[in-house]
Amino acid sequence: MKRKNTNKYVSFALVIAAYAIMMILTASGKITRSMQGMLVPICAYIVMAISLNLTVGILGELSLGHAGFMSMGAFTGTCAALMMTESVPDEGLRLGISMVIGAIFGGIAGFLIGIPVLRLKGDYLAIVTLAFGEIIKSIFNNLYVGFDKYGLNFQLLSEKGIKLEEGGRMLIQGAMGISKIKKISTFTAGFILIILTLFIVYHLVESRYGRAIMAIRDNRIAAESVGVDVTKYKMTAFVISAALAGAAGTLFAMNYSTITANKFDFNTSILILVLVVLGGLGNITGSIISATLLTILPEALRGFATYRMLVYAIVLIVVMLFTNASGTKMLISNIKAKLGGNKEEEEQ
Amino acid sequence: MNKKLYSVVLAVLMMAVCVSGVFAQDAIKIGGTGPLTGGAAIYGNAVANAAQIAVDEINELGGLQFELRYEDDAHDAEKAVNAFNALLDWGMQISMSSVTSKPAEATSELNMEERVFGMTPSASSTAVIEGKDNVLQMCFTDPNQGSASAAYISNNDLADKVAVIWKNDDVYSKGVYDTFMEEAEELGLEVVSDTTFSDGNDTDFSVQIADAQEKGAELVFLPMYYTPASLILAQADAAGYDPIFFGVDGMDGILTMEGFDASLAEGVILLTPFNADSEDEKTAAFVAKYQELYGETPNQFAADGYDVVWALAEACEEAGVTADMSAEEINDALIEVFKTFTFDGITGENMTWDEGAVNKDPKGMIIQDGAYVGLD
Repeated sequence: MKRKNTNKYVSFALVIAAYAIMMILTASGKITRSMQGMLVPICAYIVMAISLNLTVGILGELSLGHAGFMSMGAFTGTCAALMMTESVPDEGLRLGISMVIGAIFGGIAGFLIGIPVLRLKGDYLAIVTLAFGEIIKSIFNNLYVGFDKYGLNFQLLSEKGIKLEEGGRMLIQGAMGISKIKKISTFTAGFILIILTLFIVYHLVESRYGRAIMAIRDNRIAAESVGVDVTKYKMTAFVISAALAGAAGTLFAMNYSTITANKFDFNTSILILVLVVLGGLGNITGSIISATLLTILPEALRGFATYRMLVYAIVLIVVMLFTNASGTKMLISNIKAKLGGNKEEEEQ
Repeated sequence: MNKKLYSVVLAVLMMAVCVSGVFAQDAIKIGGTGPLTGGAAIYGNAVANAAQIAVDEINELGGLQFELRYEDDAHDAEKAVNAFNALLDWGMQISMSSVTSKPAEATSELNMEERVFGMTPSASSTAVIEGKDNVLQMCFTDPNQGSASAAYISNNDLADKVAVIWKNDDVYSKGVYDTFMEEAEELGLEVVSDTTFSDGNDTDFSVQIADAQEKGAELVFLPMYYTPASLILAQADAAGYDPIFFGVDGMDGILTMEGFDASLAEGVILLTPFNADSEDEKTAAFVAKYQELYGETPNQFAADGYDVVWALAEACEEAGVTADMSAEEINDALIEVFKTFTFDGITGENMTWDEGAVNKDPKGMIIQDGAYVGLD
């Protein structure tokens, strides 16, 4: 119990300190353009990593379709924001409402996919989530949505059937995705989303729900035998994870002027899984650090020009080996013990 | 412990200062993003290579000096924005936007916000230039190509019954298809067969070809890149179906494609602004130089990249732009110049720009004896 608490404070302290440093650097103009441009995507990836960690690390089910929920949130949230352009003039509020809508739709997708998926285990579950991600991609690649004063207009495969009144606009145009998005995501919004995510996830993990979820992970039969409702707890963790991914998707999409379904493909799902594995399964602080580093890394390697992605892959392998080596693990646990010790001394 | 921390902080600060530092310079910095790696790398590298040739030529003349830098965006909007920001850090004064459409949609927004003048060689989607006063295209917009194709077919009485096969998850293909259909309806072209394919499902076209054949289409319009088009040509040949095939600029490159029997492309008509076999002096010189340096025949993307650099250089000359001007000053000067600027390049003559879109004549080419021959 004690260790977990330390980890939690480290997570919050890390995020708040990083936010404060970045704000100071931005205000004093010391930050490079390239860094500034990456702040919001980093926030989105951190939330993605934490939420997937909930499924993979804490619930113990391998999900390969996490980008599908991100996509769901990105498209629904962005549509909502575009529809509210006039009715909600305040950008911060509009972004907030859009993220909530993105989270709701992400959660609904999580619930629907959870019904068949959570009956499965291990490899089977991984493959089905993988298929789910591809289905979401296909749907958004063929979906046409228009919007005018009478409301929404849906059409599959072609936009021919959509007749818009004057002043209406196309929201989703199949493979072209959403164009001309007004960028309203900010670093501060990303920061708030991370804090909320941390709050929700830690709260869940430390509650009765969390203990039940981890009991299912460690031994499903034993948990069931003492009366833990496996389906209910699994579903709870899965839906929360999907909803957070939906909110992160909205934040991510609203940072660019255009978004396509192909962005959220299998590769993105794997990238997020890499973030989680690199940070350590079940280790939230680790997810935050790895999401930040792995988003910055490809940009930091631009100096290598053509060899950039090769170097990136090598660095990834080295880091994986290094963090998994027993020597490093010892070092980390030593540091943790020291930190914990210091705290206790302070408390006395 | 404290000393260590202090030195780390100092090192980080020093790096930050270095990166954001301003250096005196004598060359105008042109930057662009494009897919230098990944599935679309053939386009990004073509543009980057050709642009470098143009920059070297211009620098050799001795007048205004330019420096070119291309950053990889892997055909992804997110990475393109990162690449664009990296170029801003480098001190980019004029932008070549992005090579492909979706990344260019994202970066052109930054062109507008940061007031950096941009001219894309090949991003053909209309969203790239819409609502932006400082982003121009060297290539035709997708709609432009669709309507030009329909008009060309109708004006030259190529066929009455037309079939279309297009890729429904591709921005480029869809953009051309949409306006082709619109214009075809207006001109009274009868589209008898309208079939699609998508990513991952693009190797067997027997259904689409059979549909076109059954309904008696005399011409098959193929708004797509050359890889699927080459398969359609081969499979139609195997099925004993021999209509006129009509392509757009994405078809360019089919003759040099590895493993493709070029005799299948005999009689294919395509609308493309660039012809690598042209006897025009400028084109021949460029093609020779490109072949010498990179060992392959330049495609239309390369030609567009080459033209963009020359157009920018000539416009800078006319506007009196110098290397010590800021990006915003250059931006304002170039916007003014491009209102009346005309440019002769290897992808067209007397080009002018209107609200970002280029005005130039598409050239109809027919493939005869393994080479493009102008139709007009």
